[in-house]
Amino acid sequence: MAPRRRPLPWLGPAVLLGALVPLLSIAWRARSGELGANPVAEALNELGLLALVFLIASLACTPLRTVLGWTWPIRLRRLLGLVAFSYATLHFSVYVALDQGFDLRAVLVDIAKRRFILVGFTALVLLVPLALTSTAASVRRLGYVRWKRVHALVYPAAVLAVIHFVWRVKKDLSEPLVYGAVLAVLLLVRVVMRLRRPAPAASRARVAPLADGARR
Amino acid sequence: MDPVKPPPPDEVTPEPLFWRRREFLRDALLFTATSVGVGAGLLSLVRGRPRDEPEPGPGDPGRLDVAARSPLSTTEPPTPYRDVTSYNNFYEFGVDKDEPAALSRGFQSRPWTVTVDGEVGKPAILDVEELVRSFPLEERIYRMRCVEAWSMVIPWVGFPLRDLLARVEPTARAKYVAFTTLFDPKRMPGQNRRVLDWPYVEGLRMDEAMHPLTLIAVGLYGRVLPAQNGAPLRLVVPWKYGFKGIKSIVRIRLTAEQPPTTWSAAAPSEYGFYANVNPAVDHPRWSQATERRIGELPRRPTLPFNGYAEQVAGLYTGMDLRRNF
Repeated sequence: MAPRRRPLPWLGPAVLLGALVPLLSIAWRARSGELGANPVAEALNELGLLALVFLIASLACTPLRTVLGWTWPIRLRRLLGLVAFSYATLHFSVYVALDQGFDLRAVLVDIAKRRFILVGFTALVLLVPLALTSTAASVRRLGYVRWKRVHALVYPAAVLAVIHFVWRVKKDLSEPLVYGAVLAVLLLVRVVMRLRRPAPAASRARVAPLADGARR
Repeated sequence: MDPVKPPPPDEVTPEPLFWRRREFLRDALLFTATSVGVGAGLLSLVRGRPRDEPEPGPGDPGRLDVAARSPLSTTEPPTPYRDVTSYNNFYEFGVDKDEPAALSRGFQSRPWTVTVDGEVGKPAILDVEELVRSFPLEERIYRMRCVEAWSMVIPWVGFPLRDLLARVEPTARAKYVAFTTLFDPKRMPGQNRRVLDWPYVEGLRMDEAMHPLTLIAVGLYGRVLPAQNGAPLRLVVPWKYGFKGIKSIVRIRLTAEQPPTTWSAAAPSEYGFYANVNPAVDHPRWSQATERRIGELPRRPTLPFNGYAEQVAGLYTGMDLRRNF
């Protein structure tokens, strides 16, 4: 049998292609008028939800390994994070360009005055350094410990993203709370793992995620 | 017949390549299955329901006899029928905008009676068919501004609420009008979840209820009101946020005291009893200064009292509209 090159070479490209399907769907429905009576709001909602889904998916990779022993999700973590950042950026761009019509003053007033927009915007800002340092070269340049510390920003970003969703809905909290519950489980797994396995090396102890206080 | 000749050695696939072909086919299959699965899963997670509320055809039933086009109508172009009937807030049928149209399909709004009682000389239980026949129906094209900062222009068909109230002869003690929506979780599936404190209730001050702009709508676009828009009859108060326009009314009660209203009870800091459209008073979580007219891309400025200030501002002279939002 031929020696295998990289394991699961199809996995990343397949997930990336699948991740683009909802974007193509939004573009297609926008063109054909099938995005409903309020297409801007619909695109905004779908893009924001996609960003949250991918952000949570990227946070599921490590628990899937520690709890179930699966190693393949880790291969997808960077891709999932970058897709989350891309959808978050598109979500913000649609808000600035289509919803607010590039009225930057209105955008700034919104960010300053509306707490749900402020937390959403903060989540996006927190993701920027993670996207910028997503390459292997960045890990080498920063050193693993520092790189890891930077990437712990994903935890507050995800919590803020869920709060953004909770504060946006008018009354029915069930959907945002489902995402909140999934995120809580993923963060809880990390806390439990850390408590059960005393940090073996100083480098691990430095990256304690701030899951607990921020969650509720 | 020639015996089958073995292929020359240089045409035989080398073994590593043979295996790689199988591997390639398997990978291609896994690639396709994964991308389809991921794509379909995401779509089912985030995508709204496709609309299929058709434009009404000329042969459709449910045309109403519209006696007059009201001079109170706006000349702005009406929002398309399809948008008016597929983008609704009607939590009794679900909290998403597309749920009322989808989940009210089989809703029977006939027979239907409305109880009118309280501080009145002649309380009555009125049949909707009889009501529709007994008042001359007008078409009123009104702006509708939702508290969520979007708006429509809707050609309602109906009659002024004050004509209905006159029939039951309000007493001198009647200061407010309280409205109640049907409570029937079997017919209104959204009521199975306690998203709001059912039944939905709304209220107006007597002078607001008697204002000539205040309408009881029984139709739109010349036709019987679709279920998702509040069949068989609903309130329309064009200078107030849309949630004041209570739908599928079963009871109208005149009272001496200000009645409770559903949204102001659910979130008192966000929704008030008056709920007059006011660009100067923001919702705590979003600005009310601008709105998106359905069908338009740029936002437009929101007008005080939704553009009806000339007719209704006088109702509120001397009142602090920041406190009484």
